[in-house]
Amino acid sequence: MSTSDVTREGIRGAHPGREALTGAVSTLDGHRREHPRGRRIRRGEPEFRSYYDKPVLNQIVWEPRDIAGYLFLGGLAGASSVLAAGADLTGRPGLARPLKYTALGAITGSVAALVNDLGRPARFVNMLRVLKWTSPMSVGSWILMAYGPLAGAAAVSQATGILPGLGRAAALGAGAVGPAVAAYTAPLICDTAVPAWHEGFREMPFVFVGSAAAAAGGMGMATAPVSQAGPARRAAVLGSALETAALWRMERRMGMVAEPYRTGRSGLLMRAAKALTVGGAVGALLGARSRRVSAVAGAALLAGSACTRFGVFHAGVASAADPKYTVVPQRRRLEERKAAEANESAQAAASSAAQEAEGSADS
Amino acid sequence: MTAGDRPRMGFFTDTSVCIGCKACEVACKEWNAVPEDGLNFTAMSFDNSGGLGADTWRHVAFIEQRASVGVQESGVGRPDGASAPVDLGMPAFEKPGDSAGADERGEFRWLMSSDVCKHCTHAACLDVCPTGALFRTEFGTVVVQEDICNGCGYCVPACPYGVIDKREDDGRVWKCTLCYDRLGDGLEPACAKACPTDSIQFGELDELRARADDRVRHLHEAGIESARLYGRDPDDGVGGDGAFFLLLDEPEVYGLPPDPVVTTRDLPSMWRHAGAAAAVLLAGITATFLGRRR
Ligand code: SF4
Ligand code: SF4
Repeated sequence: MSTSDVTREGIRGAHPGREALTGAVSTLDGHRREHPRGRRIRRGEPEFRSYYDKPVLNQIVWEPRDIAGYLFLGGLAGASSVLAAGADLTGRPGLARPLKYTALGAITGSVAALVNDLGRPARFVNMLRVLKWTSPMSVGSWILMAYGPLAGAAAVSQATGILPGLGRAAALGAGAVGPAVAAYTAPLICDTAVPAWHEGFREMPFVFVGSAAAAAGGMGMATAPVSQAGPARRAAVLGSALETAALWRMERRMGMVAEPYRTGRSGLLMRAAKALTVGGAVGALLGARSRRVSAVAGAALLAGSACTRFGVFHAGVASAADPKYTVVPQRRRLEERKAAEANESAQAAASSAAQEAEGSADS
Repeated sequence: MTAGDRPRMGFFTDTSVCIGCKACEVACKEWNAVPEDGLNFTAMSFDNSGGLGADTWRHVAFIEQRASVGVQESGVGRPDGASAPVDLGMPAFEKPGDSAGADERGEFRWLMSSDVCKHCTHAACLDVCPTGALFRTEFGTVVVQEDICNGCGYCVPACPYGVIDKREDDGRVWKCTLCYDRLGDGLEPACAKACPTDSIQFGELDELRARADDRVRHLHEAGIESARLYGRDPDDGVGGDGAFFLLLDEPEVYGLPPDPVVTTRDLPSMWRHAGAAAAVLLAGITATFLGRRR
């Protein structure tokens, strides 16, 4: 019940707790947050203004499980096919067989995750209406269309022994398209306005293929006999190293926008990914002779690769949800541009003044 | 018909005259049969729609500021020869705080701005759509074809302005069409039609830009230095907006990005990096087969 009165002298008897100070607080969706200007500024945290602390971008509508899972499985499938093709060519059937099955299983799971996110299968078919270079999702759909049947034929021929020659050709074909399957998902997420994704577009493909190689290597280590798993171990070590280096470089280059990779749920996932990946790589190096160590290290590498994708996904979500990551870098860019322009015009003015001075000295 | 045959149409939203009546929000909902999405009290201002989304195609932002109200005086920067403000004969009363003195009263102003899809020259939503559901109309605007949209949600994080959004219950995306159906019939969009102050102006983009330049000049001459155009410049990161704004403060205060860039500008480089990464993967795994046979 209100007990306040509006009088000629202003409002009387208003409840003190109701006093609404301009810009003192902003709340939406139920949770209270301090207004940006009132929010505690950590050292080094840039100040910025925003509309009641609301995000500038709309929230990513993808389900984390579906889309991060899709990224992980696509990478696993693509790199597995490459390893399987190599194993085929060098006469390592014990390594080729499980990796061909992995490729088929992973790509099926990946497409299933995508269809689940879209809502119904017809919508995936709808993706093939057009081929657009400006849309990594369109390009990716076509890559999947080329890759899926090859991976499928390779696995089925392997399992049944039917048409071994064609099966082998399919395996090689899948190995050739595999890298594209593992790599295109980076432009897929980077071609958005999501700061933590877009800013990392140079390194993200290397993070993804590194993580894919680590996962496929881990799978090979876990499933192939130790005597044939050499290439898988080396792929795991190479992939882990590439992923770790690319991530390190990406975070350094992104500046403040890399924050979501270190904080919150995504930070946790990224740390877990690093521990699992590095641990798995060490296992691959040291436990080469032991079937058991290989299996554990392989599982760690697979889990690490999955954590990387979920970590990257959640970092994107966090960076889109906080206006800071949109506003601060853009504002900085604007200011730098303005400063450069001012500098240029000052220089132009100085040089024309110098010319004039020269001219008057001549005359 | 190609886009070149017709002049490009657009919006110029002059926020300096917006009174925050939300007529545009209502007119848009009515005309386009946009579902009701709950008039929730957001507890931050008179804003009860929060931002643009699948079911909010025009959104009026309300910003409370501790700043001089003088800059919002009606009639400031009126074109010469325009008639003086009309007294509507409303009952007069003392303004709150008048008797308390200027010190007590403090400074306060409202900024209001009706936001909408920018119908970007280089539209990220349109570029990334994998089905071609988004297309550019003969009026130079960007429209979703609802029967083709497949709900992949790619355009949502691609839009640098946070405009287009997925509707929960049907899984497809929706946004302002600049009233494509009305334009086809020679009508102006519903929001512009309903706007009582002409804060929302519809017309040929070139003409709107000239009009906007004029208006900013007037405001600057009247001493309102903070007036600026947003999205007008065809050289900006999105190639200029088909719907642009006159603002009285920095864009981020209105929830707009200060320097938006179409996400696909970096796409050629992204493909190059991805290609290099794919090659590295192929070469790297090939290398693991060389050497020792183990
Ligand atoms: S503002 Fe967003 S939704 Fe509108 S045309 Fe531009 S990119 Fe598309
Ligand atoms: S142009 Fe039409 S659809 Fe767009 S905001 Fe205005 S009324 Fe709504």
